[in-house]
Amino acid sequence: MEARAIVVTSGKGGVGKTTTTANVGTALAHLGEKVAVVDVDVGLRNLDVVMGLESRVVFDLIDVIEGRTELKKALVRDKRVQGLYLLPAAQTRDKEALDPERFKEIVRQLLEEEGFDRVLIDSPAGIEKGFKTAAAPAEGALVVVNPEVSSVRDADRIIGMLEAMGIQENYLVINRIRPEMVKRGDMLAVEDVIEILGLKPIGIVPEDEHVLISTNVGEPLVLRSGSAAGRALMETARRIHGESIPFPSLEDKKGFWAAIRRIFGGA
Amino acid sequence: MWFWRRRKSKEKARDRLKLVLAYDRAKLPPGKLEGLKAELLEVLKRYFPADESGVEVRLEERGENVVLIAEVPVRP
Repeated sequence: MEARAIVVTSGKGGVGKTTTTANVGTALAHLGEKVAVVDVDVGLRNLDVVMGLESRVVFDLIDVIEGRTELKKALVRDKRVQGLYLLPAAQTRDKEALDPERFKEIVRQLLEEEGFDRVLIDSPAGIEKGFKTAAAPAEGALVVVNPEVSSVRDADRIIGMLEAMGIQENYLVINRIRPEMVKRGDMLAVEDVIEILGLKPIGIVPEDEHVLISTNVGEPLVLRSGSAAGRALMETARRIHGESIPFPSLEDKKGFWAAIRRIFGGA
Repeated sequence: MWFWRRRKSKEKARDRLKLVLAYDRAKLPPGKLEGLKAELLEVLKRYFPADESGVEVRLEERGENVVLIAEVPVRP
């Protein structure tokens, strides 16, 4: 993706925005980019715990905006991956303090003064002010969607709003696919979601219990090998980084050959 | 047997989504169509004998576009 400031959004809550932000951010840093992941969900801070950085948060975004600290000091450096930084949301402060213009200025500083290659913005759910603030500095978006009617409907709404805001480089991250349900005809397939929303995917991620395990321990999935969702999220980051990686087939891989592949290929 | 004839739930999800998105994109809640239908009928009746009971107004996806379809049976 050309966009350096990318908002991760979905409309509906609970579809995987924060997981996507944490993992794609971590993976992009792993690929050599200097990345800031920014939590804009004022009052409902989450990105810090998902990344396992909660104990190291001292200042937050609102502290920076209100001048209590410098931007540099509010950034939490992730020691596991070089070039990865978190800018946490405020947990307690009034969300009115965060307005689109001020937030734009913060993102501009990150990109132009602090030398970041990429800023990933974790948007709050909804289509109200929080979303609009999160999207204000963005040049592109990852629209996270689950293959489920309410999520697709909300994603359609968000895509319309992004376009109205002049945000052009938008892609789908289709998350929590259950291949066995798709196969039986009880879940919208990737192609259905793409056709209905009219947007190209950049990530196709299966439902995977490793996601919960990784948030339990606060270690992004892409840092450990061996999970299907972690692989898919790493591939998503590679595509964002500019590599052309075909989407693997999401056919049910639980068969005999898949077992063989798992044993010998570590896949 | 019933399970052979059962439509896949995914097909139903697709159809429902396409319809609901057609209304969302047109910013027209389905309930509002009733008002449109009533007013439309008033105008049409000035020009020809329309059969009120069979009137149907709905949105449909036609490729890239959403179109408004009004079906008005003409009384013989």
